[in-house]
Amino acid sequence: MDDRVAMIRHLIEGEPPPPDNGAGLLPRVCAVAARTLAASGAGISMMSEAGARGVYAASDPLTEHIEELQFVLGEGPCWDAFSTRRPVLVPNLDGESAARWPMYTPAAHDSGIRAVFSFPLQMGAARLGILDIFRQRTGSLTGDELATALAFADVTITALLDQHENAAVNSSGEGLAEAVEYRAELFQAQGMVMVQLGVPIGEAMARMRAYAYAHGRRLDQVAADVLARRLHFDRDRP
Amino acid sequence: MKTVSAQQLAKVFVEIADTLVDEFDLLDYMHMLTERVVELTDAAAAGMLLADQRGRLEFIAGSDENVKLVELFQLQNEQGPCLEAFDSGEPVVNVNLGEAGARWPRFAPRAAAAGFQSVHAFPMRLRRQVIGALNVFGDTSGNDFQDDDIAIMQALADAATIGLLQERTVRRSEALTEQLQAALNSRVIIEQAKGAVAQARGISVDEAFTAIRGYARRHNRRLTEIAQSIVTDPETLQQIFPQ
Repeated sequence: MDDRVAMIRHLIEGEPPPPDNGAGLLPRVCAVAARTLAASGAGISMMSEAGARGVYAASDPLTEHIEELQFVLGEGPCWDAFSTRRPVLVPNLDGESAARWPMYTPAAHDSGIRAVFSFPLQMGAARLGILDIFRQRTGSLTGDELATALAFADVTITALLDQHENAAVNSSGEGLAEAVEYRAELFQAQGMVMVQLGVPIGEAMARMRAYAYAHGRRLDQVAADVLARRLHFDRDRP
Repeated sequence: MKTVSAQQLAKVFVEIADTLVDEFDLLDYMHMLTERVVELTDAAAAGMLLADQRGRLEFIAGSDENVKLVELFQLQNEQGPCLEAFDSGEPVVNVNLGEAGARWPRFAPRAAAAGFQSVHAFPMRLRRQVIGALNVFGDTSGNDFQDDDIAIMQALADAATIGLLQERTVRRSEALTEQLQAALNSRVIIEQAKGAVAQARGISVDEAFTAIRGYARRHNRRLTEIAQSIVTDPETLQQIFPQ
């Protein structure tokens, strides 16, 4: 397993649920992400191809307000990160970003934000939303911080795909589904399961993970069986 | 390596410098480059690996994408010529796979078993940073790269690096991360599409890739775009590859 992902899971496990923010995992992910990345706040927004979108979790009420700005104004780094399927890294909310986001830039600036880093929550064609990191000072993320931010995005994707939020933390034991590298075979199997079940691509991965978990097998072994056509996910059987 | 004519080489360099077109697609670009390398050098196969944010080498594009070759590319995040070129920033050339068992105990025998005789790797360098490597496999002996060939191949790898960054964004230090992450995600989309087509048509993933790439070329569409439609829209999958 990636050490960074393990470290992040450990930190999230130790994080108390924020007051007045429900008991879910994602507000804790935001709080830990903000602290670990020396940021003023972190937010997670869900965005779907069909157009449904909104703030799902934030590290604190002020950040939630800033995260909502992008949806109120209809522009901002998270929109661009979602549509282009790549991170949008803005180390300085200045004249250049004002040309790109003429409404968002001054609004975020008024709220004290000087830098925004938006990371797509995606696995290939499966797009779930965005993780935003906000800072009240200008400056780029270091290489180490970037890797950490991407690992936070990975942890969040896993939690969202599993559709029950605590799975990402609780299933982190050795030898289980987490101990696998994302490789070509895994994604090929995901595409096959998508067609076998007639479900969206994101759900195909959730089903493979659920199967691996239920049978105490590693996800890469399940993927190998699917590819070798020894294992077939049936539409009629869960 | 076969002797490359200046004219042929100039044509390839013009082609790989042409990244400012509106339809630029990184994965198509990388595939094109690996194919040109094979044509120029008479190599058996070529591929490209890029480092992700964790510093791990990830397979991005191959002149050919059969399962055995993809496995050889993927293995090189552990050991092999690309990892060496990536770590050192220097080309690794003319390595006889039959004699490389001690150097790369897992990689060399598998590459030899896949029918290759020699292997080469050229670092993709940006200033002092190495962002990936260009990998070339040969299947005949006595076809070593000479000094001039090595300089040409390294120039191709350097040109590919610049193409990757696209000139319009090259001034921003964040652009590299954004592009690399997009490329890695596009790679995942292609794998997902291979699986979907393999399942829908009852063919192997190798055949599925050939079918997807063939469709994209016949219709002058981008590989990533087609792959994305296949995975996100069941009707597209049915239309393009009816069962």
